Amino acid sequence: MEGTLNLVGAGLIVIGAGLGIGRIGGSAMDAIARQPEASGKIQTAMLIAAALIEGIGFAALFAVK
Amino acid sequence: MVISKHPLRFILTALIAGLPLFSFANIVSDSTKVHAETIHLVSDSAKVVTETATTTKELVSKEDLAAEERAEFIQHHLLDSHDFHLFSYGKESGHEKHIGFPLPVILWEDGLHFFMSSKFNHGEAVAESNGKYFAINHHNGMIYNTGAKGTFNVDEKHHTTNTKPIDFSMTKSIVMILIVALLMLVIFRNLGKSYAKNGGIATGVGRFFEPLVLYIRDEIAIPNIGEKHYKKYMSHLLTVFFFIWFLNMFGLTPLGVNVTGNIAITAALAIITYLITTFTANRNYWGHIFWMPGVPVPMKIILAPIEFLGTIIKPFSLMIRLYANMLAGHVVLMSIIALMYTFNSPIGSPLSFVLAFVLSILEILVALLQAYIFTMLTALYFGAAKEEHHHEGADHH
Repeated sequence: MEGTLNLVGAGLIVIGAGLGIGRIGGSAMDAIARQPEASGKIQTAMLIAAALIEGIGFAALFAVK
Repeated sequence: MVISKHPLRFILTALIAGLPLFSFANIVSDSTKVHAETIHLVSDSAKVVTETATTTKELVSKEDLAAEERAEFIQHHLLDSHDFHLFSYGKESGHEKHIGFPLPVILWEDGLHFFMSSKFNHGEAVAESNGKYFAINHHNGMIYNTGAKGTFNVDEKHHTTNTKPIDFSMTKSIVMILIVALLMLVIFRNLGKSYAKNGGIATGVGRFFEPLVLYIRDEIAIPNIGEKHYKKYMSHLLTVFFFIWFLNMFGLTPLGVNVTGNIAITAALAIITYLITTFTANRNYWGHIFWMPGVPVPMKIILAPIEFLGTIIKPFSLMIRLYANMLAGHVVLMSIIALMYTFNSPIGSPLSFVLAFVLSILEILVALLQAYIFTMLTALYFGAAKEEHHHEGADHH
């Protein structure tokens, strides 16, 4: 039972991480559409933020394992 | 960047044409295995007509066995190993042949033991050296101390209780690291030399790498670390970027190496980043950690341990991110290739081929992206260690 609950928790975190990265990507798209000349900087910031969230997602998966 | 269009087109075409070969190359021993398995299945289904219930049970267990073998094959691919194994054949005829080459094994167990891994006979034999016996455990690919018979003792949780010798062996990962180091030395030495010879213009393969080096300097190092201090850190940033990128790319070839998907290697990279950050930090950095300016005193006391923990979590997340991304990429790719044996029908192969093809292209992107992110975040941490004075807000420029 404990193992199953852990898996559910990990699943929730992965859902959260997915939503977060989706939001970052969407907002970056908006920002690039508004200011195409700043697309380079926006992309960099987007990748960093996405990578940080991804780290949390992986940490959750490893905590379960 | 000046590259004649035709060689580029040729390289791209060759790469795309070669992709399916890359994807399928690792599976050869599995395909013979599963092929033999299929023959058994077919002969078994013939029996089903005459003997009903018992054979069906046997069929199910055989399918379970095949699935287990696939899982073991993927597992084996992800592990480091003591010999450089390229492929195997002849499983169905009884005497399997392995193609590859042995690597030196260096162990410390009451004295130094040095022998070639061919003594293990691909993990099937017990190696004897100076009166000690060693054998490779199939589950984790590690060398354990065993008796002359090579038996592993397991406890009730299926953990091996045998003791391990201290292992300094040249494993497959280490061979790949050395190859990549040599490759980088040749490429970048030649790039550096070509400036002197050719009046400041790069020649040969350096023309491809020069823009990447400039990109790391102009887009990663200078904006994050600052004009004043970036030069000191460039060597580490460039080394880390190309090291990770090359190893990631080697991981996609049929050599079947998984170096950046090995937590020890990413940990080493992250520890180097941590040490450089810690030892080059100025007083501002430590001030921000232990006595955060601009917040009330009780808050400063609460923040100090959190901030200190943060300095350790940062390289830790670097390590986990690279390791998990590369491992996940390999697992998914291998699982998709194994799909054709799961389906065991004419639909399976094209499906698995198309998916593996698309995923391989995605993995090429991920290989570059992970190298970029590791370098980028490393530069960000270096920048934090070298920040001169406190800025309000998130503006670092």
